[in-house]
Amino acid sequence: MSRRNTVGYLAAFAVIGMTVVPLLFVVLGGFRTTAQINSSPAGLPGPFVWDNYISVATSPQFWRLLGNSMLIAVIATTLAVVLGSMAAFALSRYAFKGREAFYTLFTLGLLFPLGVATLPLYLWLRELNLLENPLGVAIPEAAFSLPVTIVILRPFMNAIPGELEDAALLDGAAKLGFFWRILLPLSRPALITVSVLAFVTSWNFYLLPLLVFNDSTNFTLPLGVAMFQSEHTQDTAKVLAFTALSMIPALTFFVLAERRMVGGLTGSVKG
Amino acid sequence: MMSAAITTRPPTAPVPHAPAAGGTRRRSRLRQRLELAFLLTPALVLFIGFVLIPIGVAGYYSLYSWNGFGPLTDFVGLDNYVAAFSGDVFQGAIGHNLIIATLSIVVQLPLSIGLALLLNRKLRGRTFLRMVVFAPYVLSEAVTAVIWLLMLQPGGFIDEILRGVGLGGFVQLWLADQSLVLYTLFVVITWKYIGFGVILLLAGLQGVPPELREAAALDGASAWQTTRHVVLPLLGPTIRIWVFLSVIGSLQLFDLVWIMTLGGPANASTTMATYLVDHGFKRYEFGFGSAVAVILFIICFLFALVYQRFALRRDTQGALTGVR
Repeated sequence: MSRRNTVGYLAAFAVIGMTVVPLLFVVLGGFRTTAQINSSPAGLPGPFVWDNYISVATSPQFWRLLGNSMLIAVIATTLAVVLGSMAAFALSRYAFKGREAFYTLFTLGLLFPLGVATLPLYLWLRELNLLENPLGVAIPEAAFSLPVTIVILRPFMNAIPGELEDAALLDGAAKLGFFWRILLPLSRPALITVSVLAFVTSWNFYLLPLLVFNDSTNFTLPLGVAMFQSEHTQDTAKVLAFTALSMIPALTFFVLAERRMVGGLTGSVKG
Repeated sequence: MMSAAITTRPPTAPVPHAPAAGGTRRRSRLRQRLELAFLLTPALVLFIGFVLIPIGVAGYYSLYSWNGFGPLTDFVGLDNYVAAFSGDVFQGAIGHNLIIATLSIVVQLPLSIGLALLLNRKLRGRTFLRMVVFAPYVLSEAVTAVIWLLMLQPGGFIDEILRGVGLGGFVQLWLADQSLVLYTLFVVITWKYIGFGVILLLAGLQGVPPELREAAALDGASAWQTTRHVVLPLLGPTIRIWVFLSVIGSLQLFDLVWIMTLGGPANASTTMATYLVDHGFKRYEFGFGSAVAVILFIICFLFALVYQRFALRRDTQGALTGVR
């Protein structure tokens, strides 16, 4: 092993430590009692206490938060990807006046972060009677995911050779049939990337649900974790178990999507 | 929170298909119009209805003194803007955002580049390492905030580790010390977002042809020289985009701060976004809050325009670069 690589492994080891220790602190802390954590914050569990995890995993509150988050993320992702791919198709495979203007309009949206728009959005949602409604969160999230979806999909759809389209049209397919049967399946890698982006954005979003939901039965997971923490300040062990369990969906999703994500990003960042 | 994908060049138009004969021409025109309407209208309605209208409306509200209920009657012109800019807390908030943005570039960028170069080497367990580095980025800011809030408790995990390795003298009131809190938050931000930079740069590194490194090595360049003069310049576009995303992200910082400190103690960690929520919602100053939102938006917008003009221009032609 060369000296260079030794340094590399040492650095790698340090990086793993910095990243993993906080996560281990949460997961292992959940297996201890609050008394143990208070007397020795950096200690290891021994013996393993399962009560915290069991009580969180059997509480309806946890599953309701999970369900709410899931529902909102699925609606937001579906809306953004379906409408975004339709618009990207129009903006990539049709020639018409004002096409670039439409495209610029959508790209402008990239400069409007959802966080900045939340206050007026809240007032607007109140006007539309969408407060305390999952749609009140999912629809704006989809709207704010549209620009990035279109910006990724359009070049991808553009790159699909025109000969394919000509052949399909010669075979009697309608243009929309070409979109549905040929272009969409071919765009799968890009569709996966934009879906992951939209899903994760929605899943992790905090500010909009914070304002839209007052009733804690409507809360999403990020709101729930923060609320649980502030409601159980005396019960650190349970907060850790709750936090640990709430990390699982995002981490699982990430492990499943990681390779494709990096692949998709590679394509769009290059050059 | 950021996610990124960037088009580098506005794609060129595919050649339109010339309609075959005069008779069918008008019909196919009409057909194309209908198809376009079908494809574009839903996205446009969603986008205009939930992105453009609320932002436009904010500009309107910002000219009134309004508690969010009843009609807007108390027109105050630009008073809300003047009040925001002349307030100490908001000035402080802008400063805090700028400190975080500067620190991100000075600290996180070299760190990300170093890690990306490391992970680009053929180390054993490289795939695992990449996943580990990226993991915190997938967690929500809310979860990150709660984890670190608990670790940073006085007498908590971090303090005990420091004492354990003989650095007990460095123990601080991490989140309660006015002069320290912002930097503590920055460490947490770095922990969460470093993986994003690494992944972006790794993607960029894949675009560096190995032949170039080999050629440089053949010419007698050391590993460091090759990295400095061959690899880094080729990473330029990726780095510039990372800087853009990072600054925009720093300007909008909210979740972490709100959960960990609520902008305190004594406004020592207030950001523009926490100020906005604090005033707009907590105190029902919707006119004033809207003005703050507009200011925040304008700052981001100006930065984007200037950056686009001077830094990203080389990488992109025309259209505003796609980033969020």
